[in-house]
Amino acid sequence: MSTLLEVSGVSVSFDGFKAINNLSFQIGPAEMRAIIGPNGAGKTTFMDIVTGKTRPDEGRVIWGDKSVSLLKLSESQIARAGVGRKFQRPTVFETQTVRENLSMALKNKRGPFDVLFYKRNADGAARLEAIAEEIGLTDQLPRIAGELSHGQKQWLEIGMLLAQEPKLLLVDEPAAGMTPEEREHTTDILVEAAKTRAVVVVEHDMEFVRRLNCKVTVLHEGSVLAEGSLDHVTSNQDVIDVYLGR
Amino acid sequence: MQKSFLARNPSVLIFIGCLAAFTLAVTLLSEATGATFISTSFVKTLGKTLCLCLIAIAMDLVWGYCGILSLGHFAFFGLGGYMIGMWLMYERTKTIVTNSLENATLPPTADEVRDAIGTQIFGVVGGAEIPPIWLFADSLFAQLALVVLVPGLLALVFGWLAFRSRVTGVYLSILTQAMTLALSLYLFQNDSGLRGNNGLSGLQNIPGLSHISQATLSIWFFWASAVALALGYLLAVFVTNGKFGSVIRGIRDDEARVRFLGYNVEGYKLVVFTGTAVIAAIAGALYYPQAGIINPAEIAPIASIYLAVWVAIGGRGRIYGAVIGAAFVSLLSSWFTGGGAPDVPLGFYTIKWTDWWLVLLGLSFVAVTLFAPQGIGGLIDKLVRKS
Amino acid sequence: MFRRLLSLLCLLPLAAFAQAPSLQDVLQTQQDAVEKASRKTVDQVLAALVDAQAPGTLEFIEAWGDKRVWMRKDDKLFFYVVTDDNQTYTLLDLATRDPAGTADKRALKQLKPNSGVRSVLASYLVQFQLSDPDPARRADALTAIERAPDESHYAPLQASVADEGDATLRARKERLVRLLAVQYAPDPATRIAAIESFAGDLGVDARSVLNPILASTPVLDAPDGANIARALKPGDDLDIDTAFDLALAADKVAPIPSVAERKAALEANITDGTVGGVRLDLLNTQEGRDRAYAALSHAGTVPDWQPGLTKAAAIADLTFTEVYAEPDPAITDAAAATLASINRAVGLNQMLDLSLDALSLASIYFLAAIGLAITFGVMGVINMAHGEFIMMGAYTGYVIQQIIPDYTVSILVAVPVAFAVTFAAGVAMERLVIRWLYNRPLETLLATFGISIALQQLAKNIFGTQARPLTSPGWLDGAWVLNDVVSISYIRIAIFVLSLIFLALLLFILNRTRLGLEVRAVTQNPRMAASMGINPDRINMLTFGLGSGIAGIAGVAIGLYAKVTSELGADYIVQSFMTVVVGGVGNIWGTLLGAGLVGSLQKGIEWFNPSNTLAAQTYMILFIILFIQIRPRGIIALKGRAAGD
Repeated sequence: MSTLLEVSGVSVSFDGFKAINNLSFQIGPAEMRAIIGPNGAGKTTFMDIVTGKTRPDEGRVIWGDKSVSLLKLSESQIARAGVGRKFQRPTVFETQTVRENLSMALKNKRGPFDVLFYKRNADGAARLEAIAEEIGLTDQLPRIAGELSHGQKQWLEIGMLLAQEPKLLLVDEPAAGMTPEEREHTTDILVEAAKTRAVVVVEHDMEFVRRLNCKVTVLHEGSVLAEGSLDHVTSNQDVIDVYLGR
Repeated sequence: MQKSFLARNPSVLIFIGCLAAFTLAVTLLSEATGATFISTSFVKTLGKTLCLCLIAIAMDLVWGYCGILSLGHFAFFGLGGYMIGMWLMYERTKTIVTNSLENATLPPTADEVRDAIGTQIFGVVGGAEIPPIWLFADSLFAQLALVVLVPGLLALVFGWLAFRSRVTGVYLSILTQAMTLALSLYLFQNDSGLRGNNGLSGLQNIPGLSHISQATLSIWFFWASAVALALGYLLAVFVTNGKFGSVIRGIRDDEARVRFLGYNVEGYKLVVFTGTAVIAAIAGALYYPQAGIINPAEIAPIASIYLAVWVAIGGRGRIYGAVIGAAFVSLLSSWFTGGGAPDVPLGFYTIKWTDWWLVLLGLSFVAVTLFAPQGIGGLIDKLVRKS
Repeated sequence: MFRRLLSLLCLLPLAAFAQAPSLQDVLQTQQDAVEKASRKTVDQVLAALVDAQAPGTLEFIEAWGDKRVWMRKDDKLFFYVVTDDNQTYTLLDLATRDPAGTADKRALKQLKPNSGVRSVLASYLVQFQLSDPDPARRADALTAIERAPDESHYAPLQASVADEGDATLRARKERLVRLLAVQYAPDPATRIAAIESFAGDLGVDARSVLNPILASTPVLDAPDGANIARALKPGDDLDIDTAFDLALAADKVAPIPSVAERKAALEANITDGTVGGVRLDLLNTQEGRDRAYAALSHAGTVPDWQPGLTKAAAIADLTFTEVYAEPDPAITDAAAATLASINRAVGLNQMLDLSLDALSLASIYFLAAIGLAITFGVMGVINMAHGEFIMMGAYTGYVIQQIIPDYTVSILVAVPVAFAVTFAAGVAMERLVIRWLYNRPLETLLATFGISIALQQLAKNIFGTQARPLTSPGWLDGAWVLNDVVSISYIRIAIFVLSLIFLALLLFILNRTRLGLEVRAVTQNPRMAASMGINPDRINMLTFGLGSGIAGIAGVAIGLYAKVTSELGADYIVQSFMTVVVGGVGNIWGTLLGAGLVGSLQKGIEWFNPSNTLAAQTYMILFIILFIQIRPRGIIALKGRAAGD
């Protein structure tokens, strides 16, 4: 299996505190992966590094078939290269309509002048409708995003991610604050997405992770503590000590 | 489902209709057509107000839509004025000098004419040489190009430096204010080549058009300003209405999110900042021939702050709000400071509005920010939605 | 002359004992020489006076030089004279100053020695004064010499050094001897030694005696043996016109009519609409005019000139040199070397002076900016009315001075009152406006703009537009002078001390008190602080008050050396912002470094371009915009998640 993203030997520290310590991680092109770990294990910082928000002090982040180093790219370039990110709190553009939100995310040329002279077209509209269908927001398209419920905002954000057509999806706690039905819907969307691309889910909720039914990486103090199936890692003594056995 | 641009934006037709009616009415009532209802100086005031509305649109684009509270757009406005002012002043002085040398025993050489122009223009700052920056001052087309190029380049360089180092929010505002201050201080120097604090004057006299009365000229400029405002309005609606508008509003609300969608936020900001700087410069180039004089005090940071005040009172994020705010506040301001408002005797103290207008403006600005953050435009929106 | 002086000095103590002939008697022996004194005869008179040692001799010489000695025409006796109405003159005896009768003006003749005589007399007097028993008179004599040094002073001054008892005066005399030796010492070796002794000396006097030695003039074809400073190239080191005039004076070149002269000649020779056969309308170019002039000059009507003949070309083959007035190259070399070393020393000291200036400016910026930095750090709020709080503090000081006339007391009262007033204003503003706008930083910025506009106009309405003085107490007048180059005014020192006090006070409050702990907690993580039971509302209010209060005190300090106007605050606000931006937010040390950087930057730029403070500010702002490129979050930046991207 070829590798889509390879993170090796990455470290970063804030004012002496080592948030990530010699972390190595890799994921293939169509794979679902869950990352679990206690608070402060470096899960969010890991995502920050992959998406270019934080520059590591050392280490390599290699992307794709052409083995591009992501460390040299800006956030927007990384996003255009095919890394999509969903934040912990739902961040959609609350003053704009669902349609506008999705349309902004739709894969298209991103340059200012391309966008300025962009013409709406049937193909784009069709893609947009398809995604709205997938996340179950078809009826909500003309609504202002700020008026949606919490769960709907989460889906809208996932929809925006899908519209970007990324090769890698980084999803930070997608199920936080959702009702059980909403969780189920979210799981379906993610599992569906993982069929065609890599999906990394950071999650606290063991039940949710179990339902994803995928390989699990356990982070602790900025490095990988264990990796394998959920049953495998939950039986690992180290993991039980630091995470489950508190 | 594809509707035409105008059908999607009915406000454009309403606005342009109103503007056209207003322009016609002013023309018919002005001295240029023989009527005496509107004096030439008031026509100029109205024409200037239209230019202020245009720069307010620029400000609304950059601040109301893109979230960059620029305190530098009046500097671009002033630079535009300076660029056209150089041509106006140079050509007019050339006419004067040529006329006065007409009766000399020997016909003047080109150098003599140039020297005389230099003395005439720069004598007031103790110079006689024409500075190199006046190289193109004798060409209208070159100076018209500079109206766009100089402020545009300044905005481009400044914006590139500021945005690439991720300066945002209040930091950015303060930095733009510093840029404005630096520019105005620079222009205040006598050796800046633009006549120091004397500025450029006599700009109301258009070279080659001395046979046309000021009454007629004022109407011409009024029309030009109205056309520029209409085009500016159309452009602003076009830019903000489509996906581009979506993206820049997204940048205003959550810059990081837009970045993670793959948009080069800095590039967008730079386009908006530079583009609006050019609009501001064009507005300035139309404004100052109507004002007749430009000096560095016009560029002082406080002017850009007033610009923000207009847009805030008019209502950010609505193009018509910016226009209403600029027109309303600037006309009100000239009414109050021009002594138009009656004094209020309180017995022990008489409130003279020339003294108290700024206090009132400052406080009402606080009030608007606190109680009506959407400005007048917000109130209009509420009314429209209710009906 | 010098030897005679010595004999005079030796005799002085004896004068009291010797029963010498009276002053009048001695003068009568020289009657004619005194009455018609000249450069030639005056020495002889003085010799006689010195020999006689009569009482009152010195006073007489002084009075003679001052034209206060009169002669009665009939008996040719000399007197001093007093008159009340210019009609009757009372004669006074030369020795005793007792009245000796009156006389009509016509019967008297005033002695008016010419300037040559007077200068001889004056230098004699200096000799006496330099050895006068009264130290004050000796000091006066030194001051007189320092003011107008002359060759005649050199020898007597040198002679008087040995006997000088007063150490201070002796040091002054020794220095003065060296200063005079530079120019007047008879042998070159002494002069060179004197010149070299001033190496690295900072005194203005040293530079003012050394510079004239290097005085030089441009000459054409320097004579052999001239002390040549350097070769001159016309156009580069030497003005073409000056060079041409030199050549013209030496008859090396023929006069060349200038452009203006040629034009006048053309105008004077217009015949039938042509000049020299060229039509008038073709004379609108320089080439046309040149052609016309050449034609005229060919006809011999006007002075000879051909196109292409310029002054620069005419003198191209001549050599010009700059020649020192001082003929001895050894001396000019020594002077040049010494001046170079002096300039190095002066440069170093100017750096020191500049650093002191920068330090004082930095302390002002620190005072002005620290309040801003605190409120920005803790609340994320930029207070655009901060400058107006500074102004409010300054006006508070002014009002207090109207009530309390004693400047010392009023300043001591003004500082806490200004703090209280602006603290109250800050708290009021926070409660009424800012509190409602948290998390909307741009709108806070705008609302505080509004307040700033209103406050400024309000101050104008109350206090008028003219500047109001805030007078510092007398003990703050003057400056601490280190040497001729380095000095700093006491007010600036006081402001420096004041900012040190505030630095210490703020560090104490932030690091050692409960309030400080809570403030730091809110700065670093407001949500966490709130959940720990800290009331952020109260902290915000107090912080804002504190920041504003310090602005008030900064206002008093700034008002002491700048005039108080309603624009006072606005003048400092941008620099304050720059300080905060450069220093980084929410850290006192950052603000301190920022103030230091902005202050020294401004002074440094002013140093390169001292005539233009406007340009200095322009360049400083440009620098800061570039600085932001390197450190977008200031010198001391919060890192990690606290920075809150």
